[in-house]
Amino acid sequence: MTFFITQAINGIVFGMLLFLLAAGMTLILGTMRIVNLAHGSFYLLGGYIGYSVAQYTQSFTLACLAAVAIAVLGIITYKTLFEKKFARETVAQVLITFGMLLIISDVCRWIWGGNPLAIPKPELLSGTLHLGDIVFPVYRLAVIVIGVLILAFLWWFQEKTKYGAIVRAGVDDEEMTQGIGINISLVKTLIFSLGALLAGFAGVIGGPFVGLSVGLDIEILLLAMVVVIIGGMGSLKGALVGALLIGLVDSFGKSLLPEISLFTIFAAMVIVLAIRPGGLFGVK
Amino acid sequence: MKDKTGLVVALVLFACLIVVPPLLPTFYTGLVTLILIFAIFAMSLDILQGYTGLASLGHAAFLGTAAYVVAILNVKVFKGPHFTVELIAGILSAAFVAAIFGLFVLRSRQTYFLMILLASSMMLWGIAFKWRSLTGGDDGLPGIARPNLSAIHLNLANTTHFYYFVLLFFLIAIILMYLVVRSSFGHTLMGIRESETRMQALGYNIWLQKYLAFIVSSVFAGLAGVLLVYYNGFVSPSELHLVLSAEALIMVILGGSGTLFGPAIGAAIITLIKNFVSGYTEHWMIILGAIYIATVVLAPQGVYRLIKQLMRK
Repeated sequence: MTFFITQAINGIVFGMLLFLLAAGMTLILGTMRIVNLAHGSFYLLGGYIGYSVAQYTQSFTLACLAAVAIAVLGIITYKTLFEKKFARETVAQVLITFGMLLIISDVCRWIWGGNPLAIPKPELLSGTLHLGDIVFPVYRLAVIVIGVLILAFLWWFQEKTKYGAIVRAGVDDEEMTQGIGINISLVKTLIFSLGALLAGFAGVIGGPFVGLSVGLDIEILLLAMVVVIIGGMGSLKGALVGALLIGLVDSFGKSLLPEISLFTIFAAMVIVLAIRPGGLFGVK
Repeated sequence: MKDKTGLVVALVLFACLIVVPPLLPTFYTGLVTLILIFAIFAMSLDILQGYTGLASLGHAAFLGTAAYVVAILNVKVFKGPHFTVELIAGILSAAFVAAIFGLFVLRSRQTYFLMILLASSMMLWGIAFKWRSLTGGDDGLPGIARPNLSAIHLNLANTTHFYYFVLLFFLIAIILMYLVVRSSFGHTLMGIRESETRMQALGYNIWLQKYLAFIVSSVFAGLAGVLLVYYNGFVSPSELHLVLSAEALIMVILGGSGTLFGPAIGAAIITLIKNFVSGYTEHWMIILGAIYIATVVLAPQGVYRLIKQLMRK
């Protein structure tokens, strides 16, 4: 029973991290149909920059500001490459973002070396929590709280604000949205940078327990992608359900069936696709 | 007239390929062998990407599966080369993976198709990476022996013999793929690429045609996998990785998507760059990444079409 609860909490924590990644990815896909293969690289780069900031300033809060640097990188990427020129070309987008993935990966190895790093936990959250037999790090519980707060913000943004309404309209029918005179370009830039911001932020808060290592960019990209596939493109609700599902499947799969742990995630994806080809909450 | 120039160019190129081993040092013979193998791989992707319009980032799944099947038979089952069985098993295993993947990836389109296929192929990478007892994990499986085909006096351990052996398969593959894309089936695929709804209205079963294209493409990717594993004498999870799938895609786009021969040129360019740049700098991945971006921005129509335009002038 202890094992079960520990693994379940681990799964939810990891699921929250995946939600931060998948939320940005799914909104970018839903509004712009851009497949950003550098999304995992944004995560990793955010984490590494956060690591250096934490080393230099001894402050975890300041480390979190690394996410802003990633958001700026996102805006530059979007404005120079995707806004006009390759807005509708999937192959061009994946090749460009894969090129970015290779470059960022090599730059990270260059600057931070090949050995795995971990961002030190903030002191305030470094303790453990004892509940009967279950021992759990406070930091991980804090990640759940942060995830829920961001979820609440995104929900408020999408359901209660004008911009959110434009995003939803853009997911459903972009031409019609533009047709009624809405400047969707600004909203798209905003979404792209928000996605990058969330990815970079996830990299920092994931830093203390997932760590930072070579190859993590693609691993994270893959998991976020599976979450988006399961949830359905453009759906925040889908991203949340998918992220928790994959977080739990990953946590239990890794401890019960380590030899085929990626296979269990894949099996979850295929089962969902067999029932609902567009994902759980997809538009179609 | 135009077709004749094409034929002349093809024959000249073929003649050049034949004289590679006697004229160039062994190192370059090996390099050209590698180019031929990747050319088969890239051309097989062009059947999907260029002709059917199915952008794929999971093509390594077929090459890698074939490579692993050959390696496991070679190292663990027969404890030595058993060429005919390994070749057939390798190609069939690639086709089998395509037949399974095709069942669920082809229900989706464009971005969704691309993402699902990417995730599925990386699942195979995950299995190869984690299932140590069978695949050797990230250490891979070393010690794969090249066959000695004494019946036709070819000892493939010899670089020159192996080169001609690969060249033979390259020619067979290129002719077969040319026949496929020129056939009515090939034209159906191009029709699907241009307009699915129109082809549907004409009474074609779109799903079935795509499914067949998927399997045909995987067969040739599997052949490339079989040859590659003999070339390297070694197989590792990177043969199934997204990085290899992306490399195949950049070869196709750089060479010229939908031209069949173009991707072979793309394969040559990328293989050469990787080989020489990695000799000069540790940070060749930055250069490769820049090439990905530059290709899309500067030469999206591909080298093959550029050459053709130049020749017409």
